[in-house]
Amino acid sequence: MKHEKVKLVDENGLRIDGRKPDQLRPVKMEVSVLKNADGSAYVEQGNTRVLAAVYGPREVHPKHLTLPDRAILRTRYHMVPYSTDERKSPAPTRREIELSKVIREALESVIFVELYPRTTIDVFIEVIQADAGTRTAGLMAASLALADAGIPMKDLIAAVAIGKVDGTLVLDINQVEDEYGEADMPIAMMPSLGEIVLLQLNGVLSEEEFYEALKLAQKGIAQLYEFEKQALMKKYVEVKVEEV
Amino acid sequence: MKLSGEKIMPILVQHRQIVLPGQLLAEGKDVEVKAQHTIYRIGDKYYSSVIGLTDVQNGKRLSVIALEGFYFPKIDDIVVGMIIDTGLTSWTVDIRSPYLAILHASDVLSKPFNPLKDNLRKHLDIGDLVLAKIIQFDRTRSPVLTVKGKGLGKITKGVIVEIIPSRVPRVIGRKGSMINMVKDETKCQITIGLNGRIWIIGPTPTHEEVAILAIKKIERETHISGLTDRVKAFIREELKKRGLAK
Repeated sequence: MKHEKVKLVDENGLRIDGRKPDQLRPVKMEVSVLKNADGSAYVEQGNTRVLAAVYGPREVHPKHLTLPDRAILRTRYHMVPYSTDERKSPAPTRREIELSKVIREALESVIFVELYPRTTIDVFIEVIQADAGTRTAGLMAASLALADAGIPMKDLIAAVAIGKVDGTLVLDINQVEDEYGEADMPIAMMPSLGEIVLLQLNGVLSEEEFYEALKLAQKGIAQLYEFEKQALMKKYVEVKVEEV
Repeated sequence: MKLSGEKIMPILVQHRQIVLPGQLLAEGKDVEVKAQHTIYRIGDKYYSSVIGLTDVQNGKRLSVIALEGFYFPKIDDIVVGMIIDTGLTSWTVDIRSPYLAILHASDVLSKPFNPLKDNLRKHLDIGDLVLAKIIQFDRTRSPVLTVKGKGLGKITKGVIVEIIPSRVPRVIGRKGSMINMVKDETKCQITIGLNGRIWIIGPTPTHEEVAILAIKKIERETHISGLTDRVKAFIREELKKRGLAK
């Protein structure tokens, strides 16, 4: 069987879903969406939909995991069975375990864990619908949920994936571009401090392309950061004074 | 861009402005910042670490009051705790903080306590509420409570309202202005647990209800200015609706 090569960028330079190479998918963000969690957030980027919940700082169970000088951070990244086009087994896969780890490490560099010794902060990220970029959307949802829980942190995290498709660098790739493209590079940053907290690269990029991609990511991250700030502010702006 | 000779304003935010984690608040050396976990410093730049409200005094003293968040124990704080477990010689108390607190039997009982003969549940059972003071707490040990002191001890009447702990300062107000106003207007006795549990005893359940509504209003509108006057009008209106005032 011969595979027809999917054309990802057309002659006008537009992508398969009609976006320009440096254009983000439509974004929707909301905080405090869950009542029982200490903090929560919902993030939507195109067809990618992610929900995050934060609990803590709270007592650690089992007790032996406790650290005497800082809080432990436990992160679960999970995709629900109906998030993909073919049913995904709900058991954590090798990929989900790895993503939980890299997300935890990114969050650890942001949270002031040393303020709360002998406690745990639990972060749950559920991917409700997957269309590429779930770790970046998950990371943003987690950082919004942490801020909503009132946990002191250096900055919010904004994140985006850069892809290389048909030889062009594109911002915020979707599922098709991820599958048929040549490279995929998720990047997460603390935008106000200009620090990178997560960077992975799948595929091959030349050195110039890498720096190009980094620049493109920063552009997308700046926009996403604005969306995050708006989402947090919205909660307070919407409280109306009840006149008597 | 800063031109030389131009006066640099060290504080970049206004009084009572909502700030977000990572937001640059001030720059330079002549800024007085109250040591707290809501602000952190890199070099001579100060950033907010939480969602909060700024408090700027005289254009150079800066602090941020968190809008969201949990209660973190401090020695001498008065808290409302709930008994969640009894041991042989102590109770475990939930004070809505990351750590469970301990209340020793010897502290509650006046005579010597013999665990063989006596059962702690006779004195305080699971689910009971106590007004207590934190006497011991550091990074290595759980908070220890005491009920020895004026007004402290088991709570047997009235109602408890829970609010977000970080909004307690707003309920109290500057030098207690807000809470004293609510007390006067509703004729209720109100005791504030710094962990966000507020104990109200009113002359009638209707008075208590109005006090609860007022406190919930303060919690919800923490970040909007002119709160005291608004709450005062609100209480008078609610009392009138219920036929308790003219």
